[in-house]
Amino acid sequence: MAVAVEVASWVAILAGSFFALTGGVGILRLPDLFTRLHAAGVTDTMGAGLILFGLMLQAGMSLVCIKLILILAFLLLTSPTATHVVAKAALHGELKPLLGNFHSAWKT
Amino acid sequence: MLRAISLGVALYTLWLLLSGHFEPLLLILGVLSCLVVVAVAHRMEVIDHESHPIHITPKLPLYWFWLLRQIVKANLAVTKIILSPRLPISPTVVRVRAGQKSDLAKVIYANSITLTPGTVSINLDDDHIEVHALTNRMAADLQTSEMERRVSRLEKSR
Repeated sequence: MAVAVEVASWVAILAGSFFALTGGVGILRLPDLFTRLHAAGVTDTMGAGLILFGLMLQAGMSLVCIKLILILAFLLLTSPTATHVVAKAALHGELKPLLGNFHSAWKT
Repeated sequence: MLRAISLGVALYTLWLLLSGHFEPLLLILGVLSCLVVVAVAHRMEVIDHESHPIHITPKLPLYWFWLLRQIVKANLAVTKIILSPRLPISPTVVRVRAGQKSDLAKVIYANSITLTPGTVSINLDDDHIEVHALTNRMAADLQTSEMERRVSRLEKSR
């Protein structure tokens, strides 16, 4: 049982790291600010969520676990708010989002 | 009154869980400080349906569960796009209807849109949200307005 929890915890942490990394790759590959926000969203939700979930399994039923849940709750409230403010500020600064299809234009 | 009591209970629970102290003196000090906070909040008249929305609290877990599944699905879709060599994006800006009556529900809707990777709400006017989507497929999914209906259901029958 303890081994199963340990394995599940490490799977969650590693998967979370993978998604956090993917978000970083996305920020490098995507063409403009608005599309990059989507990549940052992957890090915010799946990356942070899975890593915190893995840490909760490590902590077990304790006060530490509740603190981790609170961290996740605040993160899920604040990160979309911050994302929205960045997008709105960019729009206010008259940055126009790139639109349309980019199938081959952004290969590198 | 109900809101004030509920706020006090919530504050004290949070205090207990964060402090982890269970000695009588500290428990009493905790009760006192929570009472002071509730009294100050009451005098400032900030305990209302927006700051402490107990009318939607019972329905939130079900919505969160649904939202969690959407977030996981959207994450896998965005991850696939980012990691695919062709980078198949088609950024789109659409206006979706936000038919919710209260500002709170509109904010919940806009925040849920942003929380789901692939869609970011960039502007909110009276009853429409401007959304930037990573692909036009994601924009179309949002326009089926399932999320809008679920958020509207949150605020109904108070």
